[in-house]
Amino acid sequence: MQSLLHLLRRIRSLCIKELLVILKDPSSRVVLVMPLIVQSILFGYAATYDLTYVPYVVCDQSRGEFSRDVLARIDGAGIFDRIATLDNAAQVENWIYDGKALLAVQIPPDFEERLRSGENTSLQLILDGRNSTTASIAMGYVAQMVSDWNGSRGASSPIKLISRSRYNPQLETRWNIMPAMIVTLSLMQILILSALSVAREREQGTFDQMLVTPLSPWEILVGKAIPPVLVGIVQGSLIFAICVFWFDIPFAGNLGTLYLTLFLFTLSVSGLGLSLSAVSKNMQQAMVFCFVLTMPLILLSGLTTPVSAMPESFQIATYVNPVRFAVESIRRIYLEGSGIADIAHNFIPMLAVSAITLPLAAWLFKNRMA
Amino acid sequence: MDTDKIYPSPSFSPPVVQAEDLSCVFRTPKASIAALTDISLSIPAGQMTAVVGPDGAGKTTFLRMLCGLIAPSSGSLQVLGYDASRNAQKIQNLISYMPQRFGLYEDLSVQENLNLYADLHGISQEVRKERFERLLEMTDLAAFTKRPAGKLSGGMKQKLALACTLVRTPRLLLLDEPSVGVDPLSRRDLWIIIEQMVREERISVIVSTAYMDEAERCSCVYVMFEGKLIAQGTPEELRRLTAGMCFEADVPSRLRARQFQAWLLDQPDYIMDAVPQGARVRFVVDEKFRHAGLPFKQLISPGQISLDEKNVHPSAPRLEDSFMFLLKKNEASSSILPPPALSSHGVSFLEEASETPAKEIVIEVRDLVRKFGDFVAVDKTNFCVAKGEVFGLLGPNGAGKTTTFRMLCGLLPASSGYLSVAGKNLRKAAAPARAKIGYVSQKFSLYGNLSVMENLLFFGGVYGLTAEELKKRIAAVLEQFDLLGHEDDLSGDLPAGFKQRLAMAAGLLHQPEILFLDEPTSGIDPLARRLFWRRITELAESGTTVIITTHFMEEAEYCDRMLIQDAGRVLSLGTPGEVRAQGEAETMEEAFIGIVEKARGIGKKESA
Repeated sequence: MQSLLHLLRRIRSLCIKELLVILKDPSSRVVLVMPLIVQSILFGYAATYDLTYVPYVVCDQSRGEFSRDVLARIDGAGIFDRIATLDNAAQVENWIYDGKALLAVQIPPDFEERLRSGENTSLQLILDGRNSTTASIAMGYVAQMVSDWNGSRGASSPIKLISRSRYNPQLETRWNIMPAMIVTLSLMQILILSALSVAREREQGTFDQMLVTPLSPWEILVGKAIPPVLVGIVQGSLIFAICVFWFDIPFAGNLGTLYLTLFLFTLSVSGLGLSLSAVSKNMQQAMVFCFVLTMPLILLSGLTTPVSAMPESFQIATYVNPVRFAVESIRRIYLEGSGIADIAHNFIPMLAVSAITLPLAAWLFKNRMA
Repeated sequence: MDTDKIYPSPSFSPPVVQAEDLSCVFRTPKASIAALTDISLSIPAGQMTAVVGPDGAGKTTFLRMLCGLIAPSSGSLQVLGYDASRNAQKIQNLISYMPQRFGLYEDLSVQENLNLYADLHGISQEVRKERFERLLEMTDLAAFTKRPAGKLSGGMKQKLALACTLVRTPRLLLLDEPSVGVDPLSRRDLWIIIEQMVREERISVIVSTAYMDEAERCSCVYVMFEGKLIAQGTPEELRRLTAGMCFEADVPSRLRARQFQAWLLDQPDYIMDAVPQGARVRFVVDEKFRHAGLPFKQLISPGQISLDEKNVHPSAPRLEDSFMFLLKKNEASSSILPPPALSSHGVSFLEEASETPAKEIVIEVRDLVRKFGDFVAVDKTNFCVAKGEVFGLLGPNGAGKTTTFRMLCGLLPASSGYLSVAGKNLRKAAAPARAKIGYVSQKFSLYGNLSVMENLLFFGGVYGLTAEELKKRIAAVLEQFDLLGHEDDLSGDLPAGFKQRLAMAAGLLHQPEILFLDEPTSGIDPLARRLFWRRITELAESGTTVIITTHFMEEAEYCDRMLIQDAGRVLSLGTPGEVRAQGEAETMEEAFIGIVEKARGIGKKESA
């Protein structure tokens, strides 16, 4: 009991010191908050994307000449990749829900008949609203192709396009981007904070000083990991507030689940940062590591391009990327209201990263001698 | 040699520096600090000039101002005939400046560093070849041109820095404490180079230094204190200030030199300064006893020795004596340097200590070896340290002192051999064992952007002190190390002397049994060093074991026993007296140089 108190006291002192080092300087406090707000707003208003690859599924209940013709146009456009042809409309939901297909084209059974008899008919598009940007651009392409087809039939415009979007009915890009910002914007700062923390002390010689105190490497690890985790959670909350109150994006999920995800994410990133820090000779090196790591972490996160749209080798690489699973989880919690059971599988990769990097960092503290 | 050419008559050259009522005030949000106040001086050309003073006296500010890096707040400053605030660039084209932390590129080799600085100064290829050859020869670095600067020893780095500063021949060379952290051998080499440059290239040199023996080599010495110029003159003129006040006393047989010196320092009515020197203790009496003979015969030192003609011998004044004299005289009107706060039981502890101490061994090292690849940093080292001993680790830069130190503290695993500190190998011992040691590293490792109080709270906290204990201990160390009133100052902004005291305070919060001090007096002025050793003496009396490294050889005289290492091997181990006898020299510095050079000579013969 006594020794536990001692331990907690030591870790507390270390945490206080770390937070002071981070927060004492007014300019560093500004650096922790301002870029976050500016970037949130920027992304919220300014981010748009080009489209190069759209996985989609088809449910052709008509199976006639006209439907084949329309689908051939879509397949022939170059960016649409038909990944499945479905038998019944009920299967569509699963493909969209799993994120495998960005859109589904559904052709009704009476499509051929109605067109032949000169009546109007409809072509249904079901879109994944979570990837709203790509989905709405893809929808635009399909609409263009349908109107071309209509044009070739004279002025009557027999096919009407009906589109429905899942999970983000208004197909706002912002809805897709902003919740992901909760994790991605704080990523860089958590990584830098944790990566600099040991490297700075090595450079200033205070790390040796710390190693000769009764603090064990594990205690140092805990004391060094908690402050960036706290900062990350506070930053995440700030962006969350911007999403909810500034951009009016309705929060469908549960706060506890959101914060659990945020905690696991910041923990894994701190682990990465501390490991980098422990191998770095100095702050400069730690910074370089951070920058080198941040780009692939973000690009392979599914923030801008859906993971399913990446080349296969890249898709495999995303499995070691905690950001990918955090982005996915946060989007689903935020937009779909998913509970822990729905996204628990996403926790495994994040926990795995923590479980490897944190002990590695602790070991490196003592065994990597400058 | 054509001597007429080499020694121009100084009277015909205009002064290199001419200052009138020069002041410099730094404004911070809280206060404005006067770094320099009304400095008026005229430094003649073609000679070496020293600027000395305690930490925070304004030496660095003055040098930076000469380079045009800081603009004067008021007054005028002419350097080489140019106004420093208006023609800074012209001045910078004519001078070379070596700051305390010279910008060597650690990843570049010795040659690449030289090339880089030659490029920066636009030295032509033809001139370069000859110049480099000469500089490399003078600095003894010719064999190491391919080695990265970061891998050089401290002394070699400093020599390389000087070589980079001298890639061209400046008209004025400014050196800011060039020999801080440099061993006596490299220090001697540095000065040979500087003196050679003055002689052969007729450059003027202004050097700031904490070593009074270096200042004695200069033609003129300026003494600064709290931003003011308090004295100037030739070393001889300054030495005369303490003429008739200096003595050397034999150390009473049962006392240690540091105990006797501490007792002398504790008689401020009579004695102004005392320092161990060789087998004796040198002291300077108060001004009122100048030429008064021995007015303190009635004082009976511990060990029942009276200070009379039998034991006390008059001595010629040294620059350091006068420096201390000037500082003490000026500090009367200042608040920063109160006398050391020491316990009143001073004399009684001395009596106790003179009893034969119980020889409880707290540090034991047997056949200790540390290799880095093929390089043997520490080679089969053996020594023991008893409880309450002050044990000195001495050696040139790169001798293996720091490596030995780091192994003792558990920061570095040993390659082979046995080592035990307080009965444990700290590398393997559980965390609580480390609470028994205190460690003050070379750089006075503190958190620069935290305040004095925040640093203390942190270090106390990680040693597991309770809030109550911590409060008590912080109050105690603040007073002990004279930091009261500075609790909220950022530790990064403190002058070196303050940083050292804060590092000591932080290292002693948890009252360790063993204190490791790695070059704690580097860059610290003589006055602060005196106070530092007075505190060490007191710690040792209370039973704390102290292991210390230093480059000030005279400081070895404070130690009970000492070890001289070079190239990882033990060259000498014993009391200061034994080491001096081995080196067949009067002073520790000569003994040290003798012992190291002799060993190196043998080493060379063996390898040849």
